[in-house]
Amino acid sequence: MSVPRYWREIKHRYRLLGERCVSCGAAFFPPRAVCPRCGSKELEEYKLSEKGQVISWTVIRNPPREYEKYAPYVVALVGLDDGVRILSQVVDVEPEEMKTGMRVEATFRRVKEDGDSGIIEYGYKFRPIIE
Amino acid sequence: MRRVAVAGVGLTGVGEHWERSLADLYVEAAQRAFDDAGTDEIDALYVSNMGSAVLQRQLHLGAMMADALGKRGIASFSVEAASAGGGVAFHEGVRAVASGLCDCVLVGGVEKMSDALPEEVAMTISMAEDQEYVAYTGVTNYGLCALLQRLYMERFGARADEVAMLAVRGHEHAEGCSHAQYPFKISVDRVLASPMEADPVHSLECSGIGDGAAAVLLKPAEEAGEGVEVASTAVASDVFHLTERPNLLTFDAVRLAADKAYKAAGVCTDDVDVLEVHDDTTITGVISIEDLGFVEKGKGAAFVAEGNTARGGRLPTNTFGGLKARGNPLGATGLYQIAEVALQLGWRAGKCQVPEAKVGMAQSLGGLGSTCAVAILRRT
Repeated sequence: MSVPRYWREIKHRYRLLGERCVSCGAAFFPPRAVCPRCGSKELEEYKLSEKGQVISWTVIRNPPREYEKYAPYVVALVGLDDGVRILSQVVDVEPEEMKTGMRVEATFRRVKEDGDSGIIEYGYKFRPIIE
Repeated sequence: MRRVAVAGVGLTGVGEHWERSLADLYVEAAQRAFDDAGTDEIDALYVSNMGSAVLQRQLHLGAMMADALGKRGIASFSVEAASAGGGVAFHEGVRAVASGLCDCVLVGGVEKMSDALPEEVAMTISMAEDQEYVAYTGVTNYGLCALLQRLYMERFGARADEVAMLAVRGHEHAEGCSHAQYPFKISVDRVLASPMEADPVHSLECSGIGDGAAAVLLKPAEEAGEGVEVASTAVASDVFHLTERPNLLTFDAVRLAADKAYKAAGVCTDDVDVLEVHDDTTITGVISIEDLGFVEKGKGAAFVAEGNTARGGRLPTNTFGGLKARGNPLGATGLYQIAEVALQLGWRAGKCQVPEAKVGMAQSLGGLGSTCAVAILRRT
């Protein structure tokens, strides 16, 4: 990935920032220019919940280029406590321990390295909440 | 608008064409379509392709194929809509002839996946999804399908063996198909014993890596005479991020495109004698059959398992094998489907023939349902 692109996504990837529509109150992630619910262009930054539960999950066994060394890894569709959904890897868990409905929380991790421009990319992943 | 006929079809086999280039494959399919139609006097051509920018580092396929065909000077267009590109290119070609702006148009699709390593192919396919927030997680297309399959099975109580039956039927149908990549039967036990591609999706529920090209020649129906005509085409899009869809197990683009296509053609689901559906995994095929209106939501897997989609069933589906067994050369796939429907309606499908087929439908998806193209053809 190029350095400018990585740079512009940092805010959302490091701090889990989405957007909220000032008109209708819809919260969404990732950020965009127009509210997907009401079409308003008046949007504000919105900090997503960092906790949620697994709606569905899978194990990636044949990964795309640049992800080979992490395979197999878990990817889940997570429903955050504020109602926003997010797609993320789930770490610190074995595939056989995964369950639909599992409580998870956001964590900050290395995503990949040695991309096209040699940078190491970081961002959110999720992990099980240990009560 | 003028009525449009499918005057000729041309296909290469789907497989590993190590010795042939992208242009070689396109020209072979195009030449067969010309021979089939008895003319090569085209005004314009369309090329559908998904991955050449990555797999061959090649763009600008419109002009490239026009020249390769010896058709310098004609208008040429490249179309990309992930693996729905073939259906979208067909939609555009039909509009060009229907409007009267063109009199004879070639619509072809080509893909050459065997030039690249599997992880490069996986990356190319995942380019159909948002790179910044979806592909970024390391999820593959099959991984996204797996998220839906788990949800589908949990919500509707569908069993893995029911979903897997779509692949089994596809292989049954491909047995007599000369252009299929995998023209042999597989048992449901073998599908379920195959390694996981992305749990709970087994590798034998996923389309493989293959090269191929498919083309159709379009002319005004008045000139072409009796044969196969285009009853309607439609294209629709859906929310790009799966996470933001109100209903995760419904492909809205399929519902919208199908609705438009049925209305424009003046046909209903009961009229459809043969269906080609987009089964890059079994679950996407099952959900598509539901959203095309053939069976209630949540009942698709049972519908397939009960034999309705078999050649002798109520709704013969993927009659040459579908994406799983005929093969899925991405940008060419939609045109394989349309060409196959045309062969069925021309009663030229050989061992794959559905007796007396008069109306057929082809449906293709780009990404995880974010584009859907539907075409309905009719025998005249």
